[in-house]
Amino acid sequence: MDTKEIKILAIESSCDETAAAVVINGRDVRSNVISTQIPLHTLYGGVVPEIASRKHIERINQVIEQALEDADMGLEDMDAIAVTYGPGLVGALLVGVAEAKAIAFAQGLPLIGVHHIEGHISANYIENKELEPPFLCLVVSGGHTHLVRVVDYGKYEILGRTRDDAAGEAFDKVARAIGLGYPGGPKIEKAAHEGNPNAITFTRPKVSDGVYDFSFSGLKSQVLNYINGAQMKGEPVNDKDVAASFQQTVIDTLCDHAALAIDEFGMDKFAIAGGVASNQTLRAAMEKMCEEKGVKFYHPSPILCTDNAAMIGAAAYYEFLAGKRDGWDLNAIPNLKLGER
Amino acid sequence: MKILGIDGSGLVASVAVVEDDNLIGEYTTGYKKTHSQTLLPMLDALGTMIELDLNSIDAIAVAAGPGSFTGLRIASATAKGIGLSLGCPIVLVPTVDAIAFNMWGNSGIICPIMDARRGQVYTGLYSFSQDGSFNVLRQQCAVDFHDIAADINARGEAVTFLGDGVPVFKQLIEELITVPYRLAPAHLNRQHASSVATLGAIYYQNGECDTAADHRPEYLRLSQAERERLEKEGKA
Repeated sequence: MDTKEIKILAIESSCDETAAAVVINGRDVRSNVISTQIPLHTLYGGVVPEIASRKHIERINQVIEQALEDADMGLEDMDAIAVTYGPGLVGALLVGVAEAKAIAFAQGLPLIGVHHIEGHISANYIENKELEPPFLCLVVSGGHTHLVRVVDYGKYEILGRTRDDAAGEAFDKVARAIGLGYPGGPKIEKAAHEGNPNAITFTRPKVSDGVYDFSFSGLKSQVLNYINGAQMKGEPVNDKDVAASFQQTVIDTLCDHAALAIDEFGMDKFAIAGGVASNQTLRAAMEKMCEEKGVKFYHPSPILCTDNAAMIGAAAYYEFLAGKRDGWDLNAIPNLKLGER
Repeated sequence: MKILGIDGSGLVASVAVVEDDNLIGEYTTGYKKTHSQTLLPMLDALGTMIELDLNSIDAIAVAAGPGSFTGLRIASATAKGIGLSLGCPIVLVPTVDAIAFNMWGNSGIICPIMDARRGQVYTGLYSFSQDGSFNVLRQQCAVDFHDIAADINARGEAVTFLGDGVPVFKQLIEELITVPYRLAPAHLNRQHASSVATLGAIYYQNGECDTAADHRPEYLRLSQAERERLEKEGKA
């Protein structure tokens, strides 16, 4: 059997993080460099696609060079180049895709396009060496809310997804409404710590024709209506209670769906992933739910929850083993579906 | 000296390899496919045809802007990736200069115009001296077509128009230009990576180049969000 180590240089630029990493055999992260643009986009209250694209191209070579330096390796040591090619902001994705293609071309290396969500799910492999499919995974971030059954490496069955806003998007919008600013996730979490999660009753959003699907747009409207109603009546609004009650409703909804899927599919492993997965209250709730069901709970460290390239390198390794290779005409696909080729 | 030229600034996708005074190969398309699907496959095909050893490249010249923001970035990221891999520098060639250079040796004024949308053109004014040297009379800029038309008329010399803005502004050219003018034909009137590479070679010899890491496109325009924020702050 070939025991050769497979070293992959992975690149990620789908939103507002320029990232590169060197990963060996999908689980051994030798470097993980992330250059964030968050302070820049804070000025605009959210990610501005054109500004994100411009920043990516200014930073990308430095980030890649740093990733190679941190790993103490050169391009000549790599076995493949991997890159996120969707979903995400098309202009942002294209910078990473064009760069990765050019490096692979000049270096004579295979090119592997990776699905961003597949990357988030695969982040769990990095710190949990024993984790193997099948398992259930909830991916929650600013752009995505997916409940996924990981059937095998590279083989996914989407059980549920959001019909409107992603969970993280709802955090951003509510944060803006109560004047916390961008990015909403960490700010809501901080405010919620000092608030009462039972102070205000928001209805858990349900989707009638999709038991595993999510809808957070209505919940966001409930919060806005509550604030407007209180203001019209001249009643004070406790922002911390609003944040805590909103956050609790999101977490309850996510936990309900996850618990239902664990039961229906008889899974013994459950993982979370994505930017919102670094929310401590969500983690604790999921952990408790899993413990009660006797299910092993997995979650990546916060640095692997945020957009990063190590997770892309992890996912790419299994694509590499499966023989996936992309051509020089690989394009960015902003609405790429999970499991699509 | 061997220069790889890349242009993705407009609808045209173009790659070329120029060695000293020899154009070894050029592959240019003016087709609707995205540059993400064309530029690198074209370079691959060209490289195979001319048995190109990438390591023999001294520098990469890129039409770095103005132009389509996305197109500029695909061309620049392609150059930056190759540059990172080969450790070779990148020469920033102003897009409008490179288009004007297609008309080498032409008499009178050369005026490339690219459709910049919002009623504007990316343009500049150029000429060639008797000895063939290239003169930038007006640096590339984003202006209202009326602005460049008035400038051309005031100079009182015959002018040659070219670029993808010609069909868009044809009627205004007819209405506003009072000096003798002509329109360049199909084989000269769009971006050519051979012009980018040839002009890039001159800049490179003058020591004008960046590392692949430092290279970035020159958009000539802020993003819409930045523009609106500055306008708002200006008013506040």
